[in-house]
Amino acid sequence: MSRMPLPYNPKILELFKNPKNVGKMEDATVTAVAGNPMCGDMITFYLKINDQDIIEKASFESYGCAANIATSSIVTEMVKGLKLEDAWKISWKSVTEAVGGLPSVKFHCGILAVGALKRAIRKYYRNKGVSPDWLRGGRTFEEKQALEEEDLAKLLTKRMKAAEEKQC
Amino acid sequence: MVENVKELLKAHEGIKHEVYLDIENSSIVPREVVNAMLPYYDQRAYGNPTLTHKPGWEAFETIMESAQKIAAFLGCRALEEVNFTPGETEANNLAIIGATFPLKNKGKKIVISEIEPINVLQVAERLQEYGFTVKKIPVDGEGFVNLEKLSDAVDKETVLVSLSAVNHEIGTIQPIKQAGEVVKDKNPETLFHTDASDAYGKIPFGVQVSNVDLATISSYKILGPRGIGALYVREGVNVERVLEGQIGTQKLWPGVENTPLIVGFTKASELAFENFEENTRHMRELRGKLIDGITQGVPETRLNGPMGDKRGPDNVNISFLRCEGEALTIELSLKGVYVSSGSACTRRLLQPSHVLIAIGRKYDEAHGSILMKVTRYHTEQDINYVLGVIPKAVERIRGIVGSTGVE
Repeated sequence: MSRMPLPYNPKILELFKNPKNVGKMEDATVTAVAGNPMCGDMITFYLKINDQDIIEKASFESYGCAANIATSSIVTEMVKGLKLEDAWKISWKSVTEAVGGLPSVKFHCGILAVGALKRAIRKYYRNKGVSPDWLRGGRTFEEKQALEEEDLAKLLTKRMKAAEEKQC
Repeated sequence: MVENVKELLKAHEGIKHEVYLDIENSSIVPREVVNAMLPYYDQRAYGNPTLTHKPGWEAFETIMESAQKIAAFLGCRALEEVNFTPGETEANNLAIIGATFPLKNKGKKIVISEIEPINVLQVAERLQEYGFTVKKIPVDGEGFVNLEKLSDAVDKETVLVSLSAVNHEIGTIQPIKQAGEVVKDKNPETLFHTDASDAYGKIPFGVQVSNVDLATISSYKILGPRGIGALYVREGVNVERVLEGQIGTQKLWPGVENTPLIVGFTKASELAFENFEENTRHMRELRGKLIDGITQGVPETRLNGPMGDKRGPDNVNISFLRCEGEALTIELSLKGVYVSSGSACTRRLLQPSHVLIAIGRKYDEAHGSILMKVTRYHTEQDINYVLGVIPKAVERIRGIVGSTGVE
């Protein structure tokens, strides 16, 4: 267990102080979640998608640190007005760049934000019963990472339960 | 990177009231302590205490008189029992490694609790690489060590037991005297070490009263300068050095003694003990006001650690549910309130405070925890200011969290 300095850049601080598009979207077309509060990181994405598969608006809710809030916020801005096919191309690296860089221990925040976005897009087409060519590959890096973090949370839950049983 | 930090600092401009409560991680050094130290840099006693000239003899005199004073505060039999080290991290390393290595042919078992600071926990774990086994005693929901389990754990092989007198994160005041008796009942030869960094100058604590063989104390935890601490080693207990080099007045720590820091540590000790009753009563009052104000003024909170007299007089540790701790520390900083969190997000690994997990807090409760320590210098106005800032800060962060993570 050790600590690392976290010299957040001005863009992250600004987005932390004034995040854009915060809150539940009542008329969302699709909602997706990534992460787990056990890991101190969880993001919910809401997308409103029109019949041309264009994201009309996006919003988020985030349980997480300043980097988590900032990356989630910027993803909602980046995807607005994009065709889903183009939104799919957003990578965690482009998000990290858009917030002006992240301390390396915070890379997973950007990854999780993009993981939630990609899950939302996938879910949208699944609900629609459509499978575009560009969506046919396996899970993206960000989706895999989100899964990994969630698996860690499951493992921790199991360990805690085991510890409780041992104490009883 | 430094450019970023300059911008972060700029964002704090215009703050009208500042309250520093992160004494756990570093402290202010009051001007009266700094003033006591200054002459020792350029006016007197700047020599090496082992050398045969006036500034050297002055340093020798100063260090011995400082050790004498600290020995008195600790209730030692002799000033030689006080060994200055560069801090409590070094003192704990010295205690764990230096006391067990000479005994490795007698036994190779070390017993600690689950909530020891990492400079005990990780040192003990490191010794596993050298054939030692480490048994961690569980604690209850308030952080109290289970004395029966402690008794069960100590056997013929046990060379050292280490338990903090007051837990650094949740303020639990351990029954250290009883714990020591339990240990010695099972094996009179087992050495008993306590990290008393959060006890010294804060609760009544004496090495003879508590009957410990080794005790760590720290300067910055009582508002002295960083970079200095001490390990009490009871006369007759054998401790090996962990570093080699030029040995001077400090037999267990090589290198040139840092006389100004020793003077600062001593001055801070004097100030802590001068009006001990009044100081600790003041701290307890402010601590109580802070705990009551937060738990009553903010919904969905949980106090971590015991209440009342079983808790260190300065310690406040509260979990804010549905609120991530790192985000909260930044939000509070922008309002002039400086605290730390047990959240994983302030750490290198995605693991929150092991202390909070050991007392049965859920991971998200640990992620939303805030640790604060009050000092005799804090005022009621400071606490009122903090109590005005915290509810709004928590509300804003919870506003971003929304329904995320709610099952």
